[in-house]
Amino acid sequence: MFAFIIRRTTQAIFVMLVISMIGFAIKNKIGDPVRDMVGERVTPAERAEIREQLGLNDPFTKQYVRFLKNAAHGDLGLSFFYKKPALEVIIAKAPATMELVFGAGLIIVLVSLPLGVYTALRPRSFLSRFTMGFSTLGVSMPVFLTAIMLIYIFGVQLHWLPSYGRGETVDLFGNGWWQSGFFTLDGLKHLILPCVSLASIMLPLFIRLIRSEMMEVLETEYIKFAWAKGLPPMRIWMVHAFKNTLLPVVTVFGVQIGIMFAFTILTETVFQWQGMGYMFLEAVERSDISLLITYLIVVGSIFVIVNTVVDILYGLINPTVRIAGRK
Amino acid sequence: MSHLLEVQDLKVKFALRFGDLTAIDGISFTLDKGERLGIVGESGAGKSVTGFAIINLLSKPGFIAEGKVLFKGQDLSTLPGREMRKIRGNRISMIFQDPMMTLNPVFTIGTQMVETLKAHRNITTQEAEKIALEKLRKVHIPSPEKRLAQYPHEFSGGMRQRIIIAISLLNDPAIIIADEPTTALDVTIQAEIMDLLQELCQEEEMGLILITHDLGVVSQVTEKIAVMYAGKIIETGDTQTVVTDPSHPYTRGLIKSLPGALKTGEKLYQIPGMMPNLTAIPPGCAFNPRCNLKDEICLKEVPLLKRTEKGIMAACHMI
Ligand SMILES: Nc1ncnc2c1ncn2[C@@H]1O[C@H](COP(=O)(O)OP(=O)(O)OP(=O)(O)O)[C@@H](O)[C@H]1O
Ligand code: SF4
Ligand SMILES: [Mg+2]
Repeated sequence: MFAFIIRRTTQAIFVMLVISMIGFAIKNKIGDPVRDMVGERVTPAERAEIREQLGLNDPFTKQYVRFLKNAAHGDLGLSFFYKKPALEVIIAKAPATMELVFGAGLIIVLVSLPLGVYTALRPRSFLSRFTMGFSTLGVSMPVFLTAIMLIYIFGVQLHWLPSYGRGETVDLFGNGWWQSGFFTLDGLKHLILPCVSLASIMLPLFIRLIRSEMMEVLETEYIKFAWAKGLPPMRIWMVHAFKNTLLPVVTVFGVQIGIMFAFTILTETVFQWQGMGYMFLEAVERSDISLLITYLIVVGSIFVIVNTVVDILYGLINPTVRIAGRK
Repeated sequence: MSHLLEVQDLKVKFALRFGDLTAIDGISFTLDKGERLGIVGESGAGKSVTGFAIINLLSKPGFIAEGKVLFKGQDLSTLPGREMRKIRGNRISMIFQDPMMTLNPVFTIGTQMVETLKAHRNITTQEAEKIALEKLRKVHIPSPEKRLAQYPHEFSGGMRQRIIIAISLLNDPAIIIADEPTTALDVTIQAEIMDLLQELCQEEEMGLILITHDLGVVSQVTEKIAVMYAGKIIETGDTQTVVTDPSHPYTRGLIKSLPGALKTGEKLYQIPGMMPNLTAIPPGCAFNPRCNLKDEICLKEVPLLKRTEKGIMAACHMI
């Protein structure tokens, strides 16, 4: 298991290096750190001098190594608009996005597990047919449409739920960084619509995945043997079949949670949710290249970290992997 | 005299889109305490379906259409699920064909044994583990204490089948149904597993229903035999009599095709043709397209099981 963790971590570091290289290449081509520092009202001669001082005329590899060195110290360049280190800007915006993704992930788990299992066990029931029909519809529905529909129904028409902003938040660590909406009623209300919209992208996929995995497992010999042993149905379904269903689902979940960070751009814009995604679109409008690249690297890193953690978790629940790692 | 198990005129059908398919067409047999019965026949004859019908565990579109499965006088075919569960894995155990697929890969051997005991008795995990160890010893698993914490993939096929046999023994059943328990294993291991099953049945006076298409194994292990063809029993009786002096043309063909009876260089005999698909069973005797003794009557009337002068039962117009 230890060897397995080491191997996975090495892979993750490699992938992150590749991401940083891509990020750096883009920045190198289209970014303008001089503008980031001093703005646009500087003469060409002064600019050239600053370029030389900053080492921007050095060879690519030399600059990349310097970029990596700085990155290792958390320095990913300055944001042109905020006049602050880009990483600092993003870290300040991260909690809002994390809460959005966490909430959506929670909804996915809480809804897709029971529905997936139920539709596998009772495929002919009304609820199963309804769920499957609805999820077919859901797959083909774009997020912004779901979001706008939700806002229209629950926000505009019914006035049940707020449809923009984060509402009342609580300062989690006492330093003003992590403002959480999970601890006040108002904050929770504000979370519902954005989280549901974000979750709606993946939900149909997960219900279908869990259902088909479960149905496959229910047909196996070891489940038939479990019946032949006279075990109670609940034990066969919820212990024997469920654990085998979960294994492939966990890996997919890891990948999808990572992808969800990318989808937050749309969701956050529609709901004016002040997170990294909202910031990203603003940065695009302002051509804030350093901030964009930093966003790319941060989100890429989150993706890699989530996947690595999930793979390691998978190794822990799957005994066959554990042995492979022990060798 | 009442039997431990008495299957009466059992019919099993599968509800398919185009109508019901009869997989088992009115079979009857009995099994007594400590008796060993072999069920033989070609692939698709209905051997496995018979096994699953006894424990009322037919897979989806299958159902018992007619007949009774009397276990100690109680009809299992009409027993409610909850009651039937008390019999499965407790009074009647079943062993499957492929030991690589039978154990759940994500649970330890210990978990899979303890749960089988707990499903049927009110005992603590420690007590259950003690019984599990005792049964593992019985099937000659070396150092059983270490095994409980291991996962199925840490064992070879032969070892897994031993563990599965140990699981089937946990609740000291009255009957074990073994559905081709050695087909998936090496020849040397096959013999070991068969010896083990026979030894256990004799020691514990357990009834055994051994499903196989290996007549050699049946003649070694069992005392009674039932030969199946296209969903029917076509010959049944004392194993030695049937194997050494078969009556039904199909059984004769089966015996003749055994490699054991060959002199070197002689060509292996094969019954001509194939067993008909269940949807296309010919009228009269189902074996008639392949039979060299057939007569007019064989094309019209279904032969019934009759007692022959050798003391066995056979279903053929020409006997
Ligand atoms: N799930 C099912 N759906 C439809 N028909 C089935 C099903 N299971 C079995 N049958 C039918 O029952 C017949 C008997 O199958 P069974 O598995 O009992 O054969 P068998 O004698 O055990 O053969 P084998 O030696 O290949 O194991 C098959 O030919 C098939 O037509
Ligand atoms: S009944 Fe006729 S066809 Fe059938 S086995 Fe006997 S002789 Fe052959
Ligand atoms: Mg079979």
